[in-house]
Amino acid sequence: MISAPTAMLDPRDRGGPAQPLLTVEGLRKHFPVRGGFLNRRIGTVHAVDDVSFAVRKGETLGIVGESGCGKSTTARLLMRLIEPDAGEIIFDGDPLGVQSGISVNEMRRQMQLVFQDSYSSLNPRMTIAETIAYAPRIHGMKRPAAIERAEALLAQSGLDPARFARRYPHELSGGQRQRVNIARALALNPRLVILDEAVSALDKSIEAQMLNLLAEFQRHFSLTYIFISHDLNVVEYVSDRILVMYLGHVVETGPVAAIYETPRHPYTRALLASKPTLDPDRRTTEPPLVGDPPSPIDPPSGCRFRTRCAFAQAICAEMAPPLLTCDDPEHLVACHIPEAQAAVAAAHA
Amino acid sequence: MPDGTVISPMPEPASIEAPALDVAGLTVRFRRREATVAAVSDVSFALRRRETLTILGESGSGKSVTLKALLGLLPAYTEITGSVRLAGQPLLGLPAGELAKLRGQRISMVFQEPITALDPVYTIGKQITETIIRHEGVDETTARNRARTLLERMRIPAAERRLGNYPHEMSGGMRQRAMIALALACSPDVLLADEPTTALDVTVQIQILHLLRQLQEEFGMAIVFVTHDVGVAAEISDRVAVMYAGRFVETGSVREIIRAPRHPYTAGLLGCAVHGGRRGSALTAIPGGPPDLAALPPGCAFAPRCKYAVEHCRLGDPPVVTKSDGHMVRCVREA
Amino acid sequence: MADTAISSAAILAALATARPASGYWRNVGKRLARDPVTIAVSLVLLGIIFIAVFAPLVSTGHPYDGSVLHRLAPIGAPGHWLGTDEGGRDLWTRLCYGGRLSLLAGIIPVSAALCVGGGLGLLAGYIGGAVNTVIMRVMDVFYAFPSVLLAIAICGVLGNGFGNAVLALSIVFVPPLTRITETVTAQTRRLDFVEAARASGSTAFQVMRHHVLANVLGPVLVYATSLISLSIILSAGLSFLGLGVTPPQPEWGVMLNALRSAIYVQPYVAALPGLMIFATSMCFNLMSDGLRSAMDVKLNA
Repeated sequence: MISAPTAMLDPRDRGGPAQPLLTVEGLRKHFPVRGGFLNRRIGTVHAVDDVSFAVRKGETLGIVGESGCGKSTTARLLMRLIEPDAGEIIFDGDPLGVQSGISVNEMRRQMQLVFQDSYSSLNPRMTIAETIAYAPRIHGMKRPAAIERAEALLAQSGLDPARFARRYPHELSGGQRQRVNIARALALNPRLVILDEAVSALDKSIEAQMLNLLAEFQRHFSLTYIFISHDLNVVEYVSDRILVMYLGHVVETGPVAAIYETPRHPYTRALLASKPTLDPDRRTTEPPLVGDPPSPIDPPSGCRFRTRCAFAQAICAEMAPPLLTCDDPEHLVACHIPEAQAAVAAAHA
Repeated sequence: MPDGTVISPMPEPASIEAPALDVAGLTVRFRRREATVAAVSDVSFALRRRETLTILGESGSGKSVTLKALLGLLPAYTEITGSVRLAGQPLLGLPAGELAKLRGQRISMVFQEPITALDPVYTIGKQITETIIRHEGVDETTARNRARTLLERMRIPAAERRLGNYPHEMSGGMRQRAMIALALACSPDVLLADEPTTALDVTVQIQILHLLRQLQEEFGMAIVFVTHDVGVAAEISDRVAVMYAGRFVETGSVREIIRAPRHPYTAGLLGCAVHGGRRGSALTAIPGGPPDLAALPPGCAFAPRCKYAVEHCRLGDPPVVTKSDGHMVRCVREA
Repeated sequence: MADTAISSAAILAALATARPASGYWRNVGKRLARDPVTIAVSLVLLGIIFIAVFAPLVSTGHPYDGSVLHRLAPIGAPGHWLGTDEGGRDLWTRLCYGGRLSLLAGIIPVSAALCVGGGLGLLAGYIGGAVNTVIMRVMDVFYAFPSVLLAIAICGVLGNGFGNAVLALSIVFVPPLTRITETVTAQTRRLDFVEAARASGSTAFQVMRHHVLANVLGPVLVYATSLISLSIILSAGLSFLGLGVTPPQPEWGVMLNALRSAIYVQPYVAALPGLMIFATSMCFNLMSDGLRSAMDVKLNA
């Protein structure tokens, strides 16, 4: 995915290339855990806490983290499939849900979500063409025009409409279903596409094809991507900027080169060092982290990584560290301890 | 041992002994209504103690079926031919009772999803002690001590308390360690691992891989590891067998396979591995998709997707070429 | 698969040669046609329905005409091949005509309950929250009564007659159908493709209509089919107890009641209405089973 935002402006653009396409401020979502005698609330899953970031037009923002970090919840909060407890979303300068801003419905026409391939991502009772044509029809397109658009998208996704338009999902392979998922997301001609583990369930050889297709679409349709994945290699290949999440917090964000070559947060460093090597002579001698990620139910106070961090001090338990710049204004880290950041940078070099 | 300690075998010279696991010409066929499908065709390998063989392949390659065939976990209507020897003892065709005695004691398996592979209604401690008692006939206390020691060796903190945990009360990584403990309870000679880290987070995965390497040193077992991830193969293997459409298309040491692959599929698999170094350029993907085992093309199964394919490739089964160092390639170009 | 840029000529050429593939219900039909049990059962059921519908053509007498002189004739008696009942009426004729009311008593209540219960369950399962709680707890109240008792109670309030019996049975079947529809809807609602539909900006009604309903209908239909046999038995039971259909109307339950005392005189004749109830119920149950197996798609075409 190329780094420079494309010069071609969408007619729906409001504010030019300098204005971020999406700004998220202080997003928060807690889920109650119910159980016990009368289905009482016995705990809270702190899925997403105080998450803020911005996505520039034409770029790919990669969100990376392990299970329980809140990246999938964030995707659903952005699409308003779940209602956030707090936080503000601004789409191309227009605040969401406010009278003077942009409505959820209108935002959904410009922002779409591609799911991880599973058998349940496509309606088993609808043909492929009907599935892709569904969103345009909902928004007023007549059926024949919508089907024609669907078939055109199928062709662009590398699936021959003559063979596939009237097929059902169970007749397709995983890679083919994922192409349909992508085509469906593009049916409304969105400007921003959120890819939630879109290639994670695919075989490696199919994954490569899919990534090439996504790059092609980004160039052709001037798309902005938010790419969510646990696969560090894929995220590095695909993204321009990275957001690292841990237990509902953003711990580090910055350009991909800065994050991968000079990480500053101890968790980022551990994550990168846990990648399996591709060189049999340079095997990992010591796992960087011990134990499993803690559960997001009632997480540690203050900095949530402190229970596994070698540099933790008293202040880490008292207050959650804010995201602050280090030397590079683009590179932000959430860590109280400068020595930790310096040690990480030195160790990773 | 009577006092409950587990004796690890002394380190032995690895080269001069009978293979711990010897597989020759293993073929597994499923009889379906329309046709008979060979999920695994003519698979052969020999594995010594303390050696790890990784079977590298994508979905549908037959790698999981191979493991299940070794342990006799396939349904009764499958036809399995060939020979499988566990330290000289034939495994195929053994009566169920005999096989049950060997399973868990001499050869055992670790699965991908611990939450489904562990019995949810029994505690971890109960499952491990039951295995030990059944195979070695010791009393409850001894077995329990052994179980606790095992959990400690798996680097599970608070092992005594964990013995009383049910599988759903543990995190993913912990469950996988518990399953490994269960598999190693009776110090088997061979451990089969079916994608044990695929469902785990990357920071947990590296811990489990590291643990397996250490345990292999301590217990001295041979490991057959199945995965689709080249990085995982590089971390854990001594030798790698690349599997496609039920056949081994290339085998060799891990260094040879990763640095100098000879089969076009292996080269393609390594070539399409995504990493940051490829930023900005398109990935060289293998065209097409995995083959339909019920309708394989004549000749080499990879030919339809191979950029080096010639007419000769479709004429018959590609020849098996084995070099002096043991590196095997199943390709016409090597002949 | 080539991931190349668009070429409108190629697209148009491809559209011109589009060919339909098999749909889901067509697949289900194919699988049903392959199952020998389902075929056999369907034939039997068709036979029963046929003789009920065309009773005047098939029967050998008149359902109400009978002479007490010829009462309780055995099977094979001249002119009455299945004997006569306690009023001297030809049993075969009564069975044929009785089939009409019995089958209607099986199908109408279930259909009505499917509409009402299915609709309520769909709303409860999709909307969730307070709506779900209200609907499901109300259903729980009805569910607490054993179905027979509930049917009797409602009939007792409404009075005799076929119509009242059908109404009572419809009410009895609404709670179980609501419950199963709610469960399946709640499960379906969580699937990714429903979320995708919501994400594309559909209203709740649109999502329910296009995505949820089609997927929910399958399992619910299987359950409803198995309720038909229960409905026949319950209506026969109601008639047996004197609620529902009253003599001299022919209906299998009424006939069973009337012939009860004849069991020591002509046991085979007395058993015939019961046999019809049994056979019809079995057929519907086996059809329901067959439908369930045929609908179990999961890539095993």
